[in-house]
Amino acid sequence: MPEKLILNQEDIHRALTRIAHEIVEKNHGCDGLVFIGMRTRGVPLAKRIAAEIKRFEEVDVPVGALDINLYRDDVLSLGWQPPVRPTVMPTDIMGKSIILVDDVLYTGRSIRAAMDALIDFGRPRSIQLAVLVDRGHRELPIRADYVGKNVPTAADEEVEVRLKETDGRDEVAIIRSDRGGGQ
Amino acid sequence: MTAIPLLIVGGRIIDPSQGIDKVGDPFIAEGGIAWVAKGIEDLTPERYQILHAEGMIVCPGFIDLHCHLREPGFEEKETIATGTRAAARGGFTTLCCMANTNPPIDTRAAVEFIQKKAAAEGAVRVLPIGCITKGRRGEEMVEMGELAEAGVVALSDDGNPVADSRLMRYALEYSRSFNLVLIDHCEDVSLSQGGVMNEGWVSTRLGLRGIPAAAEEAMVARDIALAEMTGGRVHIAHVSTAGSVDLIRRAKEKGIAITAEVTPHHLTLTEERVIGYGWDNKKPSSLPLFAYDTNAKVNPPLRTARDVEALIDAINEGVIDAIATDHAPHEDVEKMCEFDIAAFGISGLETALGSLLALLHGGKIDLATLISKLTAEPAKVLGKSEIGTLKVGAAGDVTIFDPEAEWVVDPSAFASKGKNTPLAGCLLKGKVMATICQGQVVYKDDAVKLETIGRQTRVRG
Amino acid sequence: MRITNQKVEKAILSEPAPSLKQGPLRRRHILDLDDFTREEIELVLETADAMKEILGREIKKVPTLRGKTLVTMFYEPSTRTRVSFEQAAKSLSADVINLSASGSSTEKGESLIDTARTIQALGADVIVMRHYHAGAPYLIAQHVNVSVINGGDGCHAHPTQGLLDLYTIREYLGTVEGVKVVIIGDILHSRVARSNIWGLTKMGAKVVLCAPPTLVPVGLGPPAFPSVTMEPNLDRALGGADVVMPLRLQKERQQRGLLPSIREYIQFYQLDSRRLSKAKPEALVLHPGPMNEGVEITPEVAHGAQSVIEEQVTNGVAVRMALLYLLVGGAQ
Repeated sequence: MPEKLILNQEDIHRALTRIAHEIVEKNHGCDGLVFIGMRTRGVPLAKRIAAEIKRFEEVDVPVGALDINLYRDDVLSLGWQPPVRPTVMPTDIMGKSIILVDDVLYTGRSIRAAMDALIDFGRPRSIQLAVLVDRGHRELPIRADYVGKNVPTAADEEVEVRLKETDGRDEVAIIRSDRGGGQ
Repeated sequence: MTAIPLLIVGGRIIDPSQGIDKVGDPFIAEGGIAWVAKGIEDLTPERYQILHAEGMIVCPGFIDLHCHLREPGFEEKETIATGTRAAARGGFTTLCCMANTNPPIDTRAAVEFIQKKAAAEGAVRVLPIGCITKGRRGEEMVEMGELAEAGVVALSDDGNPVADSRLMRYALEYSRSFNLVLIDHCEDVSLSQGGVMNEGWVSTRLGLRGIPAAAEEAMVARDIALAEMTGGRVHIAHVSTAGSVDLIRRAKEKGIAITAEVTPHHLTLTEERVIGYGWDNKKPSSLPLFAYDTNAKVNPPLRTARDVEALIDAINEGVIDAIATDHAPHEDVEKMCEFDIAAFGISGLETALGSLLALLHGGKIDLATLISKLTAEPAKVLGKSEIGTLKVGAAGDVTIFDPEAEWVVDPSAFASKGKNTPLAGCLLKGKVMATICQGQVVYKDDAVKLETIGRQTRVRG
Repeated sequence: MRITNQKVEKAILSEPAPSLKQGPLRRRHILDLDDFTREEIELVLETADAMKEILGREIKKVPTLRGKTLVTMFYEPSTRTRVSFEQAAKSLSADVINLSASGSSTEKGESLIDTARTIQALGADVIVMRHYHAGAPYLIAQHVNVSVINGGDGCHAHPTQGLLDLYTIREYLGTVEGVKVVIIGDILHSRVARSNIWGLTKMGAKVVLCAPPTLVPVGLGPPAFPSVTMEPNLDRALGGADVVMPLRLQKERQQRGLLPSIREYIQFYQLDSRRLSKAKPEALVLHPGPMNEGVEITPEVAHGAQSVIEEQVTNGVAVRMALLYLLVGGAQ
């Protein structure tokens, strides 16, 4: 399948650094911040952003992992069951500012599922969204607060984020495929 | 009933009672066998039928020592009419029907009921078997003299054993004055209690309570001892284990008056049949969806391959005298339920020959022995000389079959009301093509040509 | 004992485990553990991890099976298994309808197949059945279009119990591979023992059975079952054991005459503290419940430090949630 690399290792690093700074700026510091990475690749991204913040603010921001598969709106019609992993909440989220972190924002349905999941855990003060790539084609009124890169795509294309922690290398690629998009 | 005289041409005649295996054309007139030398010119009657048996085996009509016709009392499972029609399709011209009806056959009136019904509605000959004990309750002997006079050919409490050994002793002693054979269903109920299939690895795998082989063998041993002691005649019904075979062999060597029968299913199927359709014996542990096949639930149960081998040897050696179907029809609803509560029994009249011929095709038995076990030997047990044979003057009972014809078992096409067979959907090789009882063609496959030669016209039947 | 911090770390840091990459449980029914592959069992256990986390939350509910209906048909009395399935279904937001034998159409003589078909027509998506006749779940699975889960059939199988026992052992010992498990007692009548034999041997455990000869079924071992070791002497059997599982002495199912007395059984087969000390110091004590304290197990052992019997109950809900998710979620 033909693919085109749109972000390389340095691009990703710079984007995450910028996002880290934007988050701290917009939230006037790190008070009450909690990063929740969306499984699977949102988790290492969240950890990297938190590490970056620790580097320049010298503050440890808690990081958790969220599995949204049990909240999906298409579970019963998929024809297969996506594997589920435990969700890990590092702390009580009541009154906290949650930063949801995901690798690709597409239709917005995953984020909707994530918000449903978070509300079951408690009442955060706010939920903000940070994504590495926004590829458009929203089907729900969802928007990202922090974006690494806007990448316009066609419906028959896939955006694949690969990270050292999960795939052995850092890069983002667009792949033209015959199957329709869907996340 | 006078039937049109019938000439059977072109078949290979195998009559073990006379030691015959040759090509010939038997002729039946007035319900009895007459011989005709090859030459239709020798025939004198003005009107007769010709049945074409080219490529087929012609033998005496089969005799079933053990079947359940369910009438009176259980007509929803079978009647004498439907059961005898099933017998005809299976090549059986004589049926000995068991006494576990409701009311049971323990009085002259009950015997006469069977005889009248059979005469009016039966397609083949029906010989009643009476109970050994009143009501089959196992407490008191029946009036054997009265039943003998009424015409029973044997006595049996089948369905139940005669559990009380003292009662069995007295029954054996008493039976001597009437020369009646007692057919015993050998089952030590205290050992078999609650069991629904053979006790072995399959019952453990399925979590079902098992019936150990010893339950049968214990009572076979008892009956042999009692036969020796009393001089009465014991016939062991549906032998199913290698251990029973050993006991019977030794008894016969000692000259004890004991005979025995085995069913077609005990000669061809094992306990693994219970595991069900789709069971792959290369992955013996994995149960298929269609596990727990109630059509394989029978008493005595299907046993192991070793038992099957021993039973086949016993047939060949003559340790077991006869093959009897133990035809046990049941309604669908009694089989379409959990294995534990399903009824015991296989509807076997129409598949007997087809399943037994698998032994022939597998080289385990020869044709003459097989036919003998279905004809001459059962006649000997009953002490009747006019059936089970094609000698001149014998009853006009003939079975004609094609040992190579292949067919698929379709229970919905059975004449029997009982569709309960573990062979549903199986391909069998060997089929009854025509059955003649007392000179009357009671069953004929469409492929068999039957011509009527009349006075003037020659009509193809 | 709850999930340790070690597990939390592992959960955040780890990659998706290999089995999860393979895909779903490709089966419609769960009737026995005999045809589960090792991968399928691992999939169930890992999914149960996620489900157990949900049970640890404030709101123990996710919307996954909303609109689906689970019907329980329990022909044998059972509190814990039925309630466990009910909790599992409700945690996944499914609706639950409970039927029991008494007062239902079965008393009026309706056949099992007819009852199951009626339930299907009323809109059940999953039927969980417990029956005293072995093979009953197979019978209804042959006649309905919905999924059937065997909650225990006669002496044949209790697959969900086998899975939750595996899960419990894995939770405490980290793995089942190479673990020595001793099962004590009425093997003859125990569907739990049989399902455990399947599950444990498939995952690489070593199974030892210890019982008086009258309580051991004929023909255990190949080809009916995978290989297990028999050891009639309890003290010898317990040497080096990692897991000890005494079975309930089933007075109700046991035919009279299999044992001379309960007293003798206790003398030779009861699991008490002295005997337990012959196993490894950290050996786990499991029991499928309900227990006959004072018969097969003493109260000290049942409530002692090595007992994980209560955890089995929680794990039972998690494992059943996993099964419902894998079976119904995404069923074609």
